Amino acid sequence: MPDNRPTRRNFLKTLSAGTLGGLVFAATGCKREVLDEFLQKHFREMTDEEKKQVIRRLEKSYREKYGLDFKVGTTEAVPNTLWGYGLDLSRCIGCRRCMHACVQENNNSRAKPQLQWIRVLRLKKGNLINLEQSEHYYNPETVPEPGFIYMPVQCQQCENPPCVKVCPVQATWKEPDGIITVDYNWCIGCRYCIAACPYKGRVFNWAEPTISREEWNTDVHYLGNRPRMKNVVEKCTFCVQRARIGRYPACVEACPTGSRKFGNLLDPSSEIRYIIENKRVFRLKEDFNTEPKFYYFFSI
Amino acid sequence: MKRILPVLALAFAIGTGLPVFAVLHHDEFPVPPPPLSEGIYPCGNCHAGMEVNTKRRELTDEHQNIKLRHAENVRWCLDCHNPGNRDKLRLVNGNLISFGESYLLCGQCHGNIYRDWKAGIHGKRTGYFNGKKTYLLCVHCHNPHDPKFKPIKPEPPPYRPEDKRNAR
Ligand code: HEC
Ligand code: HEC
Ligand code: HEC
Ligand code: HEC
Repeated sequence: MPDNRPTRRNFLKTLSAGTLGGLVFAATGCKREVLDEFLQKHFREMTDEEKKQVIRRLEKSYREKYGLDFKVGTTEAVPNTLWGYGLDLSRCIGCRRCMHACVQENNNSRAKPQLQWIRVLRLKKGNLINLEQSEHYYNPETVPEPGFIYMPVQCQQCENPPCVKVCPVQATWKEPDGIITVDYNWCIGCRYCIAACPYKGRVFNWAEPTISREEWNTDVHYLGNRPRMKNVVEKCTFCVQRARIGRYPACVEACPTGSRKFGNLLDPSSEIRYIIENKRVFRLKEDFNTEPKFYYFFSI
Repeated sequence: MKRILPVLALAFAIGTGLPVFAVLHHDEFPVPPPPLSEGIYPCGNCHAGMEVNTKRRELTDEHQNIKLRHAENVRWCLDCHNPGNRDKLRLVNGNLISFGESYLLCGQCHGNIYRDWKAGIHGKRTGYFNGKKTYLLCVHCHNPHDPKFKPIKPEPPPYRPEDKRNAR
């Protein structure tokens, strides 16, 4: 582990719960909220009332820190949903509208670190198999460029996610609707998950995120686009804050070519089911047995 | 709920002074107002009473900006536009349709794409994927006269790791 400073988690491990409260207060004289944060339960074990308390605490701390009124949602997975994504490689023109819409919607740090959940790879036509020869810094006057195709990559929301398995503290898990989420209050920044992901689907806040006041999206979800802090890992959630209320992810709405498709894999009338049933689809690195719910296809 | 969007869209269209044929007929495929140039509709403002000239020719008095690049050797304006009432498009079977239904026109020749479009696969739908959604018309992305999708400027690439805006 690159970071040897004490974290909440290994600190907790060395203490017995009985003595903890008094100890922390005595040692640091810290504020009530800090203590609450310290003692926060795992998100999945919280009762509704406990979640409400956590949300109130977070909204208060965001108000103090950013001077903005965030609305932190905890909307749960909708019963009978399993989210799937489709991307039409014969239409994508590599314009990166998706990538930028994602950063804005999801409150990603803009610089130092610049964190993006979508990378748009450019590949030589006829060389699709060789992802290693791709590049994502291309910057011509206009796209598409003759002779190239473009392949956006983001978290593939694996049904069998290697990142979840390696997390030593269960700070990342698969929700009932198939989205892999991270609890930033639980993440210790060890980055095992980053190493385990075959798709480079996760990024790390190696410094406090930088976002200017006007840039914040204050409509957030606890498991998604709420403000992050230094030393936590983050990733695409299919815009959990939007998907669970029936809205398309920001990248889908931003795409000018209509290459990005989204829907419920359990609903036979969904766009994604139409694609799987009518187009030739493939998934990245199928041989890894990660079972991505992200389907690439060629419509022509 | 099904009825609300067309009404809203109508109100919106009136509010912006755009043509109001938007979403009215086809509840099945609600669409935003077609992307016609400001002030050009109703076409009848000029065409009502104007003589119809069916001859293929270089237009000199109006619409000079329109250059057909769409199977142009076998096609002319009045294969799609209705000669009598210019505010309508015309299908090969003679049926007249509004500009808000131009997908029917395109669908005559691009059947497979039209089928995918209806399923939300070719082109794009916005709104609520389980509820009320809006279909972009073919002509929101393709100029009917020159339909090849036009290249656009890409958004900036990510900073490279050595870029000082992103260095540790
Ligand atoms: C393939 C069918 C097709 C052909 C051929 C065609 N048009 Fe059109 N045209 C359309 C459709 C569809 C629209 C509506 C576009 C929209 O909704 O914005 C349109 C729109 C227009 C408009 C309105 C443009 C604007 O700026 O809003 C004019 C004027 C026009 N056509 C003239 C012509 C002329 C002149 C020709 C022949 C040189 C022609 N069209 C050939 C399908 C066609
Ligand atoms: C400002 C007046 C004006 C408006 C508005 C107008 N047109 Fe025209 N249009 C003309 C004139 C004038 C011509 C003949 C041009 C020529 O012969 O050089 C013409 C020609 C055409 C032609 C070529 C066939 C023919 O009849 O000569 C089509 C098709 C056409 N217009 C469609 C449209 C459509 C569709 C609209 C509305 C979306 C529209 N026009 C709006 C003035 C107008
Ligand atoms: C009468 C038949 C017919 C109709 C109606 C028609 N098209 Fe086409 N379209 C063609 C043919 C034929 C081609 C291939 C020849 C060419 O590219 O010019 C074509 C090509 C295209 C292309 C590919 C262009 C390229 O160069 O990549 C697009 C996009 C397109 N049409 C869109 C539309 C749209 C949108 C409409 C409705 C406004 C429409 N078409 C209506 C016959 C038609
Ligand atoms: C959201 C934008 C969008 C909409 C809406 C849309 N298209 Fe396209 N269409 C595209 C793109 C992007 C391409 C690929 C262009 C390229 O490769 O240069 C394409 C390609 C095509 C082609 C070329 C053949 C092919 O398969 O590539 C045709 C024909 C076509 N579209 C017809 C239509 C018709 C008909 C409709 C409406 C029923 C429609 N499009 C709606 C974006 C759109």
